[in-house]
Amino acid sequence: MALPIIGSIVVALLPKTKETLAKQVALITTLIVAGATIAMAVNFQRDNVDLQFVEKYSWIPTFGINFAVGIDGLALVLILMSTVLAPIVVLAGWNEAHGGRWSVKVFYILILVLETMMIGVFAATDVFLFYVIFEAMLIPVYFLIGGYGSGQRSAAAVKFLIYSLFGGLLMLASIIGLYVMSGAQGGHTFDLQALSQLEMSSTTQNFLFLGFFIAFAIKAPLWPLHTWLPDAADSATPGTSVLLLGVLDKVGTFGMIRYCLTLFPDASKTFTPMILVLSVISIVYGAFLAIGQRDLKRLIAFTSISHFGFITMGIFAMTSQGQSGATLYMFNHGFSTAALFLVGGWMISRRGSSTIADFGGLQRVTPVMAWSFFLAGMSSLALPGMSSFVSEFLVLVGTFTRYPVHAVIATFGIVLAALYILIPVQKALHGPTTAGNENLSDLNLREKIAIAPVIAIIIALGFYPSPLLKVINPASAHVIAQMGFTDPAPTNGDK
Amino acid sequence: MEFTTPVLNYTLLSPILILLGAALITVLVEAFVSKALRPITQLSITLGALVLALVQVWRIRNEQSMTAAMGSVIIDGPAVLMQASILIISIISVFLIADTEHFTALAASLPGSDEERQAVQSGNQVTEVYPLTLFAVSGMLLFPISSDLITLFVALEMLSLPLYLMAGLSRRRRLASQESALKYFLLGAFSSAFFLFGAAFLYGYSASVTFAGIRDAVVGSGGNDVFLLIGISFLSVGLLFKVGAVPFHAWSPDVYQGSPTPVTAFMAAATKVAAFGAMLRIYYTSFANAQWSWTPMLTVIAIVTMVFGSLVAIAQRDVKRMLAYSSIAHAGFLLTGVIALNKAGLEASIFYLFAYGIATVGGFAIVTLVRDAAGEVTDLNRWKGLGKRSPWVATAFAGFLLSFAGIPLTSGFIGKFSIFSAAYESGAKSVVIAGVLSSAIAAFFYIRVIVLMFFTDPVEDGTSVEIPSALTSLSVIFAMIVTIALGVFPAPVLNLISDLATFIR
Repeated sequence: MALPIIGSIVVALLPKTKETLAKQVALITTLIVAGATIAMAVNFQRDNVDLQFVEKYSWIPTFGINFAVGIDGLALVLILMSTVLAPIVVLAGWNEAHGGRWSVKVFYILILVLETMMIGVFAATDVFLFYVIFEAMLIPVYFLIGGYGSGQRSAAAVKFLIYSLFGGLLMLASIIGLYVMSGAQGGHTFDLQALSQLEMSSTTQNFLFLGFFIAFAIKAPLWPLHTWLPDAADSATPGTSVLLLGVLDKVGTFGMIRYCLTLFPDASKTFTPMILVLSVISIVYGAFLAIGQRDLKRLIAFTSISHFGFITMGIFAMTSQGQSGATLYMFNHGFSTAALFLVGGWMISRRGSSTIADFGGLQRVTPVMAWSFFLAGMSSLALPGMSSFVSEFLVLVGTFTRYPVHAVIATFGIVLAALYILIPVQKALHGPTTAGNENLSDLNLREKIAIAPVIAIIIALGFYPSPLLKVINPASAHVIAQMGFTDPAPTNGDK
Repeated sequence: MEFTTPVLNYTLLSPILILLGAALITVLVEAFVSKALRPITQLSITLGALVLALVQVWRIRNEQSMTAAMGSVIIDGPAVLMQASILIISIISVFLIADTEHFTALAASLPGSDEERQAVQSGNQVTEVYPLTLFAVSGMLLFPISSDLITLFVALEMLSLPLYLMAGLSRRRRLASQESALKYFLLGAFSSAFFLFGAAFLYGYSASVTFAGIRDAVVGSGGNDVFLLIGISFLSVGLLFKVGAVPFHAWSPDVYQGSPTPVTAFMAAATKVAAFGAMLRIYYTSFANAQWSWTPMLTVIAIVTMVFGSLVAIAQRDVKRMLAYSSIAHAGFLLTGVIALNKAGLEASIFYLFAYGIATVGGFAIVTLVRDAAGEVTDLNRWKGLGKRSPWVATAFAGFLLSFAGIPLTSGFIGKFSIFSAAYESGAKSVVIAGVLSSAIAAFFYIRVIVLMFFTDPVEDGTSVEIPSALTSLSVIFAMIVTIALGVFPAPVLNLISDLATFIR
């Protein structure tokens, strides 16, 4: 976890003029981190539901705050996703930082700082540490959007920041509540496991739950708290968008599992019906709006809202399939969104426009780019054989066993997904070549190297998801068991 | 008639005595040292005295005999911490005051008169500001350690009177500066009257002017409760005026704007520590058992102060006015610590005061640097693109703003967290919720300034950033280091505070 920070310091020390060197250092750092994470994943004991690789140092003893990290299956999967995506983003967006408000160097410093925080936020086992990173993460993202984006970048950055800060402060109130209550019950602490043992009245639990949940629902983003996302995604560079939607928003859904469910099991049950309705609305609403978009980046943003609806639904379905599906979905969504944004970003920068109608006939002019976009799109609509199919299927099955109506409505989301992906695919890739597109160049070697692992992962996990599921399943089963739920027995639906 | 010699206990009083002595010397320097040597002499005497006083405060921190001057002052843990904070804040403010560019050439001259022009041409510098500062600081040191109402009042006047004068010393826009000084003086005089009135009622209630005596009366509840209520409310008016809480805040935007910026920095940071120090002492010791009578009132005032300060700050177009309203909001947050009325609340308030004071001086130090040909530029519109022209200055200012906003990894966050958790613990949940919401509002206008500095293109109107003098950069760098260090590794300071912070009664 300390690695990216060292990398960012190295980049910071480099002179401003050596832009290429800064990029290379950033790339090498992220690759080393990815390697280290994979090594960690190999050493991870799959069947052990306890936290592993635990490290704990006293930080602010006055408040009982520790610098405590440790990972379980859920955190491992998300850290793996983040660290694998980071070098891809650096490589794919090799020239993204030019035309920013500040130098290229600053861009990579911010990216590396952000990577450190991404690892930290998933690994933290101290609620205070989690909160600190959760909030501090906003700052690099804010500068990445505001400084290097396009269009209304500063407005989008501010909107993002205000939404997130507001949610964060609500969460702070809840954290203070937890802290005070832990003080009343045997000593102030922020340790996640100690806090999950707290006795709380149901009213208190409901209020504290809402503080956390609203913060996460803004982050995730769930309807009706999503409005910052399309603007932010529209204005950010493709690489930033990948990190924003692919990784940062996962903090929201991750937090729902890690904090909402484990800290407030009863309140989670109380609010489940409401949250499921919101999720279903998100799924359908996101999908409809995606269909209506003319702008490629906004389209991808709205598809994500729909996908986050699926993830939230899986989490709150309270079945182990739902949980596993949701976790796997987070992982897959990271990669399919990455593919869409990166390829979409290349298309946009080549064409100089992000309006879908401006593309057309790319299949003939730039076959590799077109095929990449096509595959990314197929993954987004969860075509069997793509990784997201497995997770979407699990979520729906997991939800159906307990909430059939919600699952059935959500299934419409899949149909709509076919529409919102196939329409732009048809408009942009097929048909006659639109004037102005004749001389677009195809992906170069660097871009091919960047996109290849993403697509390889998408397809490989589509056919053989079990390595990941073996890590995820024990963790999800553990969460569900902690909540006191057992999976309902399969029925034939007519009971 | 027998006459007992008062036992003064000079060691405990030494920080104040050092400063008062130095203040008198600086007055003599003003009279006898040649004009050319004056600024440097004054500066060194002032800094020397402040540092010496700080050393003394540190040395007496574990002294056993706690009361001095026949029980009219108490030196206990909180007192030492408050005094140390005030001294540290004063030292870095004096670094700013040393830049005489901000002060009028001849304070006694009429604005725009021939006399003034002559003074400017002859390169006259106002060095009176040093003795004034020293007098004010000694008053501030006395304020939080007073343990009877008479000493408290003397300290109040001792810190206020020099500040009234200092507010009028600005070089640019002298009329506005003098107006602000007059406004500050008149309203301050009113609040002093309220304070005295309240003190009289408290005396009527308890037949004692000492805090211990009042506490005994409150605990025994022998007196007339109406007197107690009137006494507490009027005394509070006087104190709340000093900290700038709504509805006694009206002076602060004008005075913050009109005063020379170094004075604003000093006033905003150090006065707040002193006033809250006194307030914490009197509420935590004397009035603690009459909690029922003042908690509802203070709760309402705290909530209104936070929300009003944050909301009005959004509409400000002038950086100094914006910081003034932000300081009003912070006064509201600090009142939360008074309401908490537990040890955690006291510790949190002390930490918050120190962290906020340092960041405030740092913030105003940056304001002194942004200038054009006619002096400081405080119009926010002209701060556009500052990040492009002088990235370091803008980054430092952004750091202070983030600390005010309470973003994690800055001292402001730890302060907010600890003060809100203390209040929550004592059951004042409504204040905590209002505090969190107004923090969200406040974050908006802090961030707007960051947007202006970093994300908008500069306007070419001659606004530029002065190359900071060595002293100014020293205070900015010190403030920045403290702000970050207290945000990342607050443990040593928090431990120190929790070891020391217990009021003796």
